[in-house]
This record gives sequence, C-alpha cells and structure tokens, in this order.
Amino acid sequence: MKNNNISGAEAVMKSLTQEGVDTIFGYPGGAIMPIYDALYSYRDQVNHLLVRHEQGAIHAAQGYARSSGKVGVCFATSGPGATNLITGLADAMIDSTPVVCITGQVASHLLGTDAFQETDVIGISMPVTKWNIQVTRAEDVPGAIAKAFYIARSGRPGPVLVDITKDAQFGETTFEYQPFLKMRSYSPVPKIDVAALNAAAELINSAQRPYLLVGQGVLLSNAESELLDFVNHTGIPVASTLLGLGALPANHPQYVGYLGMHGNYAPNVLTNECDVLIAVGMRFDDRVTGNISKYAKQAKVIHIDIDPSEINKIIPARVGLVADAKELLPELKGKCQQRNHSEWIEEFHKLDKLEHEQVIDGAINPSSNELRMAEVMHMLSEKTKGDVVVVTDVGQHQMITSRYYKYEVSRTNITSGGLGTMGFALPAAIGAKLGNPKKTVVAVIGDGGFQMTVQELGTIMQFNVDVKILILNNNFLGMVRQWQELFFEERYSFTDIQNPDFVKIAEGYRIESTKIEERDDLSSALDKMLNSHGAYLLEVVVGKQENVFPMMETGAGVSEIRLN
Amino acid sequence: MVNTSFNISIFTENRIGILNRITIIFTRRHLNIESITASESELEGVYRYTIVVNTSLDQVKKVVGQIEKQVEVLKAFYHEDDEVVYQEIALYKVSTKSLQNGSSERILRVHNARILTIEEGFTIIEKTGKPDELKLLFNELQGYGILEYVKSGRVAISKPMKTLETYLKELEDE
Repeated sequence: MKNNNISGAEAVMKSLTQEGVDTIFGYPGGAIMPIYDALYSYRDQVNHLLVRHEQGAIHAAQGYARSSGKVGVCFATSGPGATNLITGLADAMIDSTPVVCITGQVASHLLGTDAFQETDVIGISMPVTKWNIQVTRAEDVPGAIAKAFYIARSGRPGPVLVDITKDAQFGETTFEYQPFLKMRSYSPVPKIDVAALNAAAELINSAQRPYLLVGQGVLLSNAESELLDFVNHTGIPVASTLLGLGALPANHPQYVGYLGMHGNYAPNVLTNECDVLIAVGMRFDDRVTGNISKYAKQAKVIHIDIDPSEINKIIPARVGLVADAKELLPELKGKCQQRNHSEWIEEFHKLDKLEHEQVIDGAINPSSNELRMAEVMHMLSEKTKGDVVVVTDVGQHQMITSRYYKYEVSRTNITSGGLGTMGFALPAAIGAKLGNPKKTVVAVIGDGGFQMTVQELGTIMQFNVDVKILILNNNFLGMVRQWQELFFEERYSFTDIQNPDFVKIAEGYRIESTKIEERDDLSSALDKMLNSHGAYLLEVVVGKQENVFPMMETGAGVSEIRLN
Repeated sequence: MVNTSFNISIFTENRIGILNRITIIFTRRHLNIESITASESELEGVYRYTIVVNTSLDQVKKVVGQIEKQVEVLKAFYHEDDEVVYQEIALYKVSTKSLQNGSSERILRVHNARILTIEEGFTIIEKTGKPDELKLLFNELQGYGILEYVKSGRVAISKPMKTLETYLKELEDE
C-alpha cells in the first residue's frame, strides 16, 4: 500500500491503523497538534479517549494491554506531557506491559535549546523503556512505529516511546507500511536448549516434593491451557505470584495459593520444604522471596523465563531454561511422567487449615462491628464467581484483594505489581474496560490511591466508561500505618489522611454513588453496584486500623512468615 | 565478594543513545566505570565498546546480562585481565628545556616511548602500554616537570573468542 505525499502526522495515524490500533488514550498539546489534527479524520476508525492527565493515559494504556493482550497506545505532547508519562513507563517496564507511547517534540532545529515545552524525553525515558527513538523526518515515521510495536509486544514485552518532532509531523512523505519482522541484535523467541529441557524433566521425574511457581509470564505468552495440561499431567502443586493470579484457576485442586509478603501461609512456608522448585515466567521478586539467604536452599531450582538475564539474577538455577512458556510447557510435559502428589499437596492443605483458623475465617466472618476489607472482597468474589476484571491500586486493599478474590479466569487481575504505583487503578480500569468491553470491570481502590488520579473520573464521565469503583475507605494510608504500628512504635507520621466526601465527588462527575458503613448493607450495595448500568462508585467504610496478615517481615525468610 | 578488574566488551548497532542505555545499567547498580572506549569494529556499522570496572564476578555477570538484553546490543562479554590483551595510550607534555640534560634518549629507550613533537617550549612524549607501565614513565617524567598528562581508556581484545562474524551469523540465522 503506497500513498504519495502525506504528512508525517498522517503517517502516524496510518501506521497505527495498520498495526490494528483502534483505541488511544491521550492528551493534546502544542508539539503534538499535527498528529491530533490527523487523528480528527480518523475518529470513525480510532476511539480516542481524552484523559485528564497524561499519567492517566499511560495507566489506561497499561490496563488496556493487560486485559486485552494487545499493545496499549497513548499520546502526549512534549515537555510536561511527556514527563507525566514516566511513572507509567516505569510501571510498564517492571511489569512487562506492552505499551507504545507517541510523544510530540519541539521542531528539530530547536532540540537542545531549552525551547518552550522542550524536554529530553529520550534521555529521561531511557531507563524505563524497553526501547525508544526520536524521529526527526517524516519519512522515518512508519519504520519507527512498526519497530516500536514489534519490540513492545515480542519477547518479554515492555513499553516503547516514539518521540516525533513537530517538523517531522508537518513534513511530507510517501507512505508505505511494512510490519517489522526481525532485527539481528534482538532474539525475542529463544530456541529451547534440549539438554536443559532433558535435565529439567529428569529433575521433575525424580522429585518427591516438586513445587511449581507461576508468574505473569504464563499470561504474557498465552500459555494458560499449556500450563493446565502440564499441571494436570504432572500432579505438581502450584502457587502464583501477584501478577500470575488467574494463570491457573483458583479452584484447581492443585492450586495452593498466593505467594509473597502477604500471601498465603502454606505456599510460602512449603517453599522451604520442596525438593524441586519449578519457576515459570516469574522473576523471584523480593516480595516473593523474602530474605534470599533463607529461600529454598534445599531445592533444586528449574527457572523458565523468556528473558535470559532473569536466570540466576536472584536465585541460582540448577537448570535455566530460556524459553517461551507456550512452546516449552508442552515439550516439558512430553518428557515428564504422569504423577500424583496428593500426599505432598495434603501438607499444603494442613497449613491452609491453620491459616483459615487463625486468619481467614475471622477476616471474612468478623465479630467486630466494623466492616473488614477481607469480608468485602470475599463477598465480591463469591458474588462474581471470580470472573470479573478486578483492577487494584496499591496498599492494604491490594493485598487483601489478591488474598481473598479467587481469580478463576486469566487476564482478570490487573494491578501495579513491581512498581507499586498508587493511583494506578482508576485509569487502568478505564483501559481494562476498553480492552475487554464484555466483562464487568471493578476497580478496587484505597482512599489514598483514589485521590492520586481522581481526575480520571472526568474521562469516565465524558466517555461513559462502565467501570465499577469500589473504594475501601479506612481513612488512613493503611499499609504504611501498619508498618508504623509494627516497626515504628505506632508513630503514625502523616498516614492519618483527611478525606473528602467521595460520594459528592462522584456526584460532581455525574457518576452514581453510594456510601455504606454497616455490614447489613454490604450485600445489597455490592449487588446494586454490579447490576448498575454505567459507571458506579461504592464507598465502603472499613475498620480504621486493620492489619494484613500473614506477613513476612523485612529480613525474614518465607518459612518465617507470621500468621498474626 | 572480592572485587576484580573486568574488561567488558560490547558490540552494538550504530544508533544514537545506545551508550547512554549501557551506562545507565552501571549507574543503577552504583558501579563506577574505570574507563570506556568506543569505536567501529572490523565490521562496518558494528560498534565496539571496552568498559573496565572493578566489581565482583556475580555483579559483572548480571550487568553483562542486562547489557545484552538491550534491544540494539548484539553481544556482550566479560573477561578478567589475564584473558585479554589490552593497551592504553598516554601523552606527556614536558618542557623541552628540562629534557636537555641528555637523559631523554635513555628515558625513551627504557620506557619504549616516542616523541611526537618537539616545540620550543614543550615536547610531547607518547607511550602505549599497561597502566602500571604508563605510571612508571609518569613517575620518571615528574622529575622533569610534567606540564600536562592525558591517558586513554583501555582497548582490549580477548584471547579466546569466536569472531564477531561468527556471532553475527548465529544471530542472523536464528
């Protein structure tokens, strides 16, 4: 397809539509005006959502990517527009989310001159992008965008930024789009090392207490059914990282729970009892491992990841397998014996019973008058059968949701994992809804995080985005308060937050809303929220000083996780 | 862990910003770069960096892994000093008058150095070698008054290594 003499800006739009982009989150400004002008002619093909802050645009693009599996796209202008993307880029980088950001830039003759709204976005974004490029000529636009999409979505996905100078947007070019297919310096799909594969199978076949940890890599490689086959065949118990939740349905008989600092008791403790530890698409984050000198020292570790630099980065691997999980798991399954590890799994159930007695039962059926976060999330999980998209922010409500919401379906858990970005949930929920319009999307947010990106209620209002917003309000910055209570002698330094009337704020944005404080109102309020047409905000006032347990303290190993 | 001097060789595509991407990886781990040189390699369009760092083996392995992960990096290696042949180059500016006591011939012979230029006011001596050899000449010339001194970063070629072409071919066949 060849077009003569179109502008660089129009080449941007043509390239994006060639990549199948139909949704963009963005905010216009001086240096990106030619692209917005070109976008004006594409309104019938591309749904552009005007966000209220560029951070909202990139978090929405992340939510879109995470719920749909496609590349999320956002637009921002130069200078402050571009710098407002940085938090989201860092978040997408650490959580391997495919996003392409297009930023406008001052005209090329002004580069480096401190021109109005000029900032070195290439330099600033370098540590937080998988790749970035500055385009100064209209004819380079299609090639740069093609390469950007290829890099963002292939291998271990990540964010890419394309910075386009204003003269490149105005300049004329002939247009011919060729998808980018290959570059010699980058091998996104590693070849499976057969010797390592055999070694892994041998370890698994001879194991008495094998244990499988799954992470987001399984979702990113669309390997859910391959994982299920492998798990069913080998009989191995499976635990999940925060971002891996939903990779295996929570009701699977071999699923033993959620790993990490506030994870379930059994999967943490028994990490130090297994003989072979198989990690798929996870990176041994410090929130998963606790103190690494006390982590799975007895186990022979098989680490499967598409990113070679992850192997041996944190935990030494007996066998490192650099591979795409979707390709690897069937191969590995073919070499593994069909086994049953029910006795070993029974050990998980015993510890699980302990966690129920000491933590879970009391949390979901509390005797206190105050509502507890866990009972809210447990009820939401029951009512929705673990099958709505749940977007969480960062803090206590996030850990409670990961613990008590039973994710049965892949790509329904969207949260800021690695970076822990407060303010992520509201804009990410907008993107998640656009990326998976048929599913109900519930954004679970704390009272603190909600106020970090509250302006995106405007986006929800203007574009009628059907997201259900569930604020768990404890009138505290709860996670930090918990740490202050436990480790800083209850010196509550600036965690006591004074909140506005959230219902009135929602009313201001013409979003239906309710506030509840009583247990008797919870069930009907959740029903009303879930059955509402269009956006809805439900504020649930919960106990002011609730702590999240179990908890792995700083310096503690996985087997030292405390129940209370 | 014990710190050792490592020579990191990096081969990249020729593109703006790649050096920045590489140095960020050191900065992030609070590693100081002892020296860095960059030039085109024997293959047109492929750039070669030699970076010297003092760090642990564990750390250098992770750094090299993260360098190689960069999209436009073709290949990266690390070697200890005894696994590479390396050189540095130094220029010494001394006053011409101070050398006129007849010792310059001996200095040049002993240090295997050479004179690049002799002007009325100053003479520039050049020496290539290992850092300690350059330092020896520096110490000796200090007796004559060094007006200026400059030393390059290290260039290193590893002893055991497949040729770059072989690697590139492997990468392109993938």
